Amino acid sequence: MHSPSQTSQQRSSLWLDAWIKLRKNRMALFGFAVLATLCVVSLLTPWIAPYSYEEQDLMLGATPPSAAHWLGTDIFGRDMLTRVMYGGRVSLMVGFIATAVALVIGILWGAIAGFIGGRVDAIMMRIVDIMYALPFMIFIVLLMVVFGRNILLLFVAIGAVEWLTMARIVRSQVMALRKQEFIEAAYSMGLSRWAIIRRHIIPNTLGPVIVYTTLTIPSVMLLEAFLSFLGLGIQPPESSWGLLINYGVETMEEYPWLLIFPGITLSLTLFALNFLGDGLRDALDPRASKD
Amino acid sequence: MLRFIISRLLQAIPVLLVVITVTFMLIHSAPGGPFSAEKAVPPEVARALEAQYNLDQPLWQQYISYLSDVIQGDFGPSFKYSGRTVNELIAAGLPVTAELALYAMLVALVIGISAGVFAAIRPNTLQDYIPMSAAMLGICMPSFLLGPILILVFGIQLEWLPISGWGDIPGDKILPALTLGTGYAAYIARLSRGGMLEVLSQDYIRTARAKGLSERLIICKHALRGGLIPVIAFLGPAFAGLLGGSFVVETIFQIPGLGRFYVTSAFNRDYTMILGMTIFFAGLIIVFNLLSDMLAIWLNPKLRQQARGGN
Repeated sequence: MHSPSQTSQQRSSLWLDAWIKLRKNRMALFGFAVLATLCVVSLLTPWIAPYSYEEQDLMLGATPPSAAHWLGTDIFGRDMLTRVMYGGRVSLMVGFIATAVALVIGILWGAIAGFIGGRVDAIMMRIVDIMYALPFMIFIVLLMVVFGRNILLLFVAIGAVEWLTMARIVRSQVMALRKQEFIEAAYSMGLSRWAIIRRHIIPNTLGPVIVYTTLTIPSVMLLEAFLSFLGLGIQPPESSWGLLINYGVETMEEYPWLLIFPGITLSLTLFALNFLGDGLRDALDPRASKD
Repeated sequence: MLRFIISRLLQAIPVLLVVITVTFMLIHSAPGGPFSAEKAVPPEVARALEAQYNLDQPLWQQYISYLSDVIQGDFGPSFKYSGRTVNELIAAGLPVTAELALYAMLVALVIGISAGVFAAIRPNTLQDYIPMSAAMLGICMPSFLLGPILILVFGIQLEWLPISGWGDIPGDKILPALTLGTGYAAYIARLSRGGMLEVLSQDYIRTARAKGLSERLIICKHALRGGLIPVIAFLGPAFAGLLGGSFVVETIFQIPGLGRFYVTSAFNRDYTMILGMTIFFAGLIIVFNLLSDMLAIWLNPKLRQQARGGN
């Protein structure tokens, strides 16, 4: 009946195609490299950071970048490089975990709605529509005010906001796929529903999901930085890039490096993620790359 | 069209109801009452205060009375600014925030559309790459970073522009509007480039070219109308974002608008204020989403037909 080798060949050629396209995109590769470096540095921070996180030197105070402190020190004499590294751990962690929350909810919601269809689909998507209309940014502020500024709550709150678009993307993919001839053909060949989901639906929806995930991470990180900047996100002694920028702004006239370095790091990360996402879109989403 | 508007307005009712209910429940489940932060007051004073704000009634009664007040457009007194109502504070802050949002939107539309159209005319050349890289830079430069940098450069180093206030010194509105508008300019540039590219590849543009129309006429008269549909659709959500952005920009530039009030009341745990403003924001966002959808339908004949079909 069906030949598994042919399917796997097709799939591998899809990924191979994507990889070849991605490799040609210099900006996407640059983004990937920056991101990989950041992840490795964040993972190894406790071992490679030049100073310890708590270490203060009140006598030293704020100094501009020097050989001993590459990014300078803050008003408590704390090494900025160390603080940016530890802040990056939190920022990246929020980005990845909140995106993962959004991913799981969004994929399940969209796949169920798209695959069952009919009235269930109508109700589920109406709920998404209603939630779209809610002022979520304001709700997150509200949550942080009411329940204290808890990092776990931050993950859940941000994840709960970002899943809506993912649900829509997955649903429309599944809906479009369901009606395609090759799915019908697979049914007529006697494949079980689960086999069709696993072998045809999932691989075909994966592209847009990966693309959107890469683009969700920077928007989540931005949201966290926004909240931390307002003093409603990450709380000291924890630190994140948004919080460092917040502190940097307070003293930017006297010690501009306290604003500039966390700012550059955050912008560079967002830059890298967006370029990678765009590159992946061109590589993985054949319809979007036509223009 | 009328049917579309009515059905959308009807849909807005449950949304607003959800907003009111959820925020009300959230705030009333908050640990610590609104007065617990202040120094201990005698029990009879506390009771009197609670009676003044109806906190001594059962929760459902408070909810019903709040709901009926809100329906009549009354958000009640502020917890923190005694003697002032939430309505008064909204009325004081709204014109400022509206003006700021308007200028920011103007900045965003003018810069964004011209950059996007300019890039789309010659795709994949320098004329495309330079504005699009700038747009990417704008997207990755959040307002809470751009604002301080603008202050540092134009306010403190060059001393060209004032760095805080609103309407006190001439020119003090420039930096806030730029800070808030730049990010949206970047999004709009990308959207209008994509929209224009799509339209420019269509048959009716080829027909226009075959007729020998000038490129300028083709772009301005034929392509723009269709090419800007994605931008129009973005305006509704962008407005919601502008409100959020105003939190940051008004805080940085010390502008007495809604955003700053909201952040301050969040810190002060001014519950009635947060509740009232959240509902007010939700209503505004719904209205602006509706307006941007209506504009998109008006511009796109295909959608117009669908709306007429009652779907």
